[in-house]
Amino acid sequence: MGTPRIEIIEKYCKGCNICVEFCPKHVLKMDGFVAKVDKPEACIQCMQCELRCPDFAIKVYPA
Amino acid sequence: MTFDYEKYIRPGKLPHIWCPGCGHGIVMKGLIRAIDKCGLQKNRTAIVSGIGCASRLPGYVDFNTVHTAHGRAAAFATGMKMADPDMTVICTGGDGDGVAIGGNHFIHACRRNIDLTYVIMNNHIYGMTGGQFSPCTPTDAFASTTPYGNPDPIFDISKLAIGAGATFVARTTAYHATQIDKLITEGIKHKGMAVIEVLDCCPTSYGRRNKFRSVVEMMKQHKDIAVPVTAAAKMSEEQLAGKILTGVLHKENKPEYCEQYAKLINKVQNPTSK
Repeated sequence: MGTPRIEIIEKYCKGCNICVEFCPKHVLKMDGFVAKVDKPEACIQCMQCELRCPDFAIKVYPA
Repeated sequence: MTFDYEKYIRPGKLPHIWCPGCGHGIVMKGLIRAIDKCGLQKNRTAIVSGIGCASRLPGYVDFNTVHTAHGRAAAFATGMKMADPDMTVICTGGDGDGVAIGGNHFIHACRRNIDLTYVIMNNHIYGMTGGQFSPCTPTDAFASTTPYGNPDPIFDISKLAIGAGATFVARTTAYHATQIDKLITEGIKHKGMAVIEVLDCCPTSYGRRNKFRSVVEMMKQHKDIAVPVTAAAKMSEEQLAGKILTGVLHKENKPEYCEQYAKLINKVQNPTSK
């Protein structure tokens, strides 16, 4: 399993922290009021962030 | 798999107006996935809403959409369904819009068992107008109009819908994101009135006044109190105290209103035939 591409649309992100908290591998972190991909190599493609983001701001393209 | 939500969203409408952490976005995603699963045509699907935060949803999605008067989503949807019974009509709205201001329309749509799917996003508050308490605000909870705690007992939307005669009633929460689209799909496929209550979180108007530190804490609380209806059958009453049941709470087959109405028209126009 390779490293997936995680796209965060910064214009849509409101910084609610849901993706950061629900990521089981701590791939994401908050950078001010926008989510940032911190450790893409740790991603297990569980899609929790894409599923839960209320702002349509995260897309995970599996490797 | 990466889901292409843009296919169903009107271009240029995002970002939406909902507050950071508002669960309505999660429900909207669930609704889009459910519509995609059912393979509905954009031109043959109507989404109707009243007024409120949750009722802003039809503005973003690319279907036939109507944004109606406060609480009147079920009334407009009934008319649309009667005019074109083959159209899939979905209502969306909040707890205040659906069961307080539009309570009468809601119970009568349930009573008629007309083939609608009503997605109620229950965030326990009137969020848009400044956090006034709604009939779904829990007892002792704080709202802008109940600064000393809410003395009223809570309105159980699912029980109300079952009592009024809806033939498919289900409940889930914004935490259970995959269950949202599963239940809405089942509701759309059900012939008759389907009510899907989604317990939602309003961090701005409800969470801040009730000592929730973040929206994640609100979602985790929903996770803790939700009990699947199948698991609840094996639990005692003490174990179920303070819990809410999730899943399909009620399902039955009863004559659908549009079909009954068509039969009546047929009977009156052709009095000799059976």
